[in-house]
Amino acid sequence: MAEEIKNTAPQNLKVTIDNITIDVPAGTTILNAARMIGGEVAPPAMCYYTHLKDSGGKCRTCLVEVSKGSEKDPRPMPKLIASCRTTVMDGMEVKNITSDKVLDARKGVVEFLLINHPLDCPVCDQAGECDLQDLSYEHGAVQTRYEFARRTFEREDIGPYIQLHMTRCILCYRCTYVADQLTDNRFHGILDRGDKSEISTYISKAIENDFSGSMIDVCPVGALTDRTYRFKNRVWFLKPMDAHRDCDKCCGKVTIWNRGDEVYRVTARKDQWGEVQTLPDGKPAWICNTCRFEKKHTDDWVIEGATKIDRHSVISQGHYVGTIAAPDPLEKVLQGRKPHLLLDIHDESEVNTPQVHLSEIEGPAVGKTFNGDPHASGHNVTDVKIGAGPNEKGTDSTNPNTP
Amino acid sequence: MQALTNKVEVVSRKPMTWWERMYLPAILKGMAITFSHIFKKNPTINYPEKTRPFSPVFRGLQILNRDEEGREKCTACGLCAVACPAEAITMEAAERQPGEEHLYKEEKYAAKYEINMLRCIFCGFCEEACPKDAVYLSETFAPSNFQRKGFIYGKDDLLIPHPVNEPEAFAKARGSRAKNPEGHGNEH
Repeated sequence: MAEEIKNTAPQNLKVTIDNITIDVPAGTTILNAARMIGGEVAPPAMCYYTHLKDSGGKCRTCLVEVSKGSEKDPRPMPKLIASCRTTVMDGMEVKNITSDKVLDARKGVVEFLLINHPLDCPVCDQAGECDLQDLSYEHGAVQTRYEFARRTFEREDIGPYIQLHMTRCILCYRCTYVADQLTDNRFHGILDRGDKSEISTYISKAIENDFSGSMIDVCPVGALTDRTYRFKNRVWFLKPMDAHRDCDKCCGKVTIWNRGDEVYRVTARKDQWGEVQTLPDGKPAWICNTCRFEKKHTDDWVIEGATKIDRHSVISQGHYVGTIAAPDPLEKVLQGRKPHLLLDIHDESEVNTPQVHLSEIEGPAVGKTFNGDPHASGHNVTDVKIGAGPNEKGTDSTNPNTP
Repeated sequence: MQALTNKVEVVSRKPMTWWERMYLPAILKGMAITFSHIFKKNPTINYPEKTRPFSPVFRGLQILNRDEEGREKCTACGLCAVACPAEAITMEAAERQPGEEHLYKEEKYAAKYEINMLRCIFCGFCEEACPKDAVYLSETFAPSNFQRKGFIYGKDDLLIPHPVNEPEAFAKARGSRAKNPEGHGNEH
């Protein structure tokens, strides 16, 4: 009996996205069907996250036009719909990049997302791997038309490792789903409504769960960042490498971001959509806080090889893979003699000095770190504030005049 | 041997005539050319008393800019370094601490900033990449040096003088191009 149902129930549905037809199982969303096709057909998504249940439907960047509802009801859908929350129907025809209406709407959505987003990409640690940067670069308008004061908030520490820059938040709710679904006690959520809404921990509770660091991985912008990596370097100067270790809490499969022999930060492995990779057993490769924040030595890790980075990403800039270095002619020319004058760059240069190990200091470097005290680390002025609320004065976090 | 082109001229081995063997006419002819240059316009200038005007788009030594209050504008975003085709620029970022607001404009600043002038090709990409108007190519060039290490320029070499404390030095470092964008740079 059960076998009979199994034979009849799951049926592949035919869906056409941007004139490309694909068979997908029933219950697949339009977004996932488009991702199966891949390439530019896949709509961008800022809030939808495959591994987080109920995510999606908030940011509206994945809007698509359904020009034919289904085989049985061929009428087009009256409005653009969010492809991450709409499942496909048999014979459905969807237009994404072939529809001017969609492209225009997406441009508007990006403009709305950027209304309150600060232009602090030069300071932000997410720059270079930020979904909002990519989105606004590909789909946004060049200039803003917004002339009013932007919404600003105090910077806040969520626990010792995670920093919340609420000013940069686009309210995608991904991190609250992480708190809900990955950690056992939900300590943070969204307070207030509308323009005033903000992500915060109730009663300044530090999130101590082992997987709380995953909210850094899911954050599409620089709102949640790694405090142990704060200001240490730009992502495109680091060398990402796949590595693993035996971890009793998580899968232990990570990407380590090195500069020389120093591990500046550890992140989960990301797939081509910027989401955490799926392991061969079908589980998402979330990593625990021990792996992420406490294993900052290359010796802690078994390195598998360089992470493949898309050629168009800024992270791949200046990373020369597979080059063959020319042989050093000095030895041959001097016939084994030592050169009289050889400039050791460390004698003169004050950058990358061998005394400073940025991976060993817990917070951001300060001026002193490079001027005599290599272990000095920046302290956060706004260490966990309760109900600091909207920052009306627009002051930044290191300003002593902030309340 | 057959000539490859028709421009071949066979050298004449004829003995010189008496007139030619006197050499004097040829010398006089040469001297006439030489002395005629006295009356021509002098193509050289007396450097360093006089300097040639630079082109209005001249790209010289980099300077790190300050804002009108004298705070450093650079925020160590690394865009100049990633744009640099010669990989001449390196930096170390640091967090601004309370009490340093008068020194640095942004929350993050470059604690160390170095340009290796041996590598720099003065292409100006750093200036174009800078989102904070912090790095500019000025109207002067890198002075010569006897040692290679003299070409590793740190922040103390690159920073523009303080506009409030040293207004004259600041104005000089800024040059005339800012005042007169159409001009060639060093009218003074």
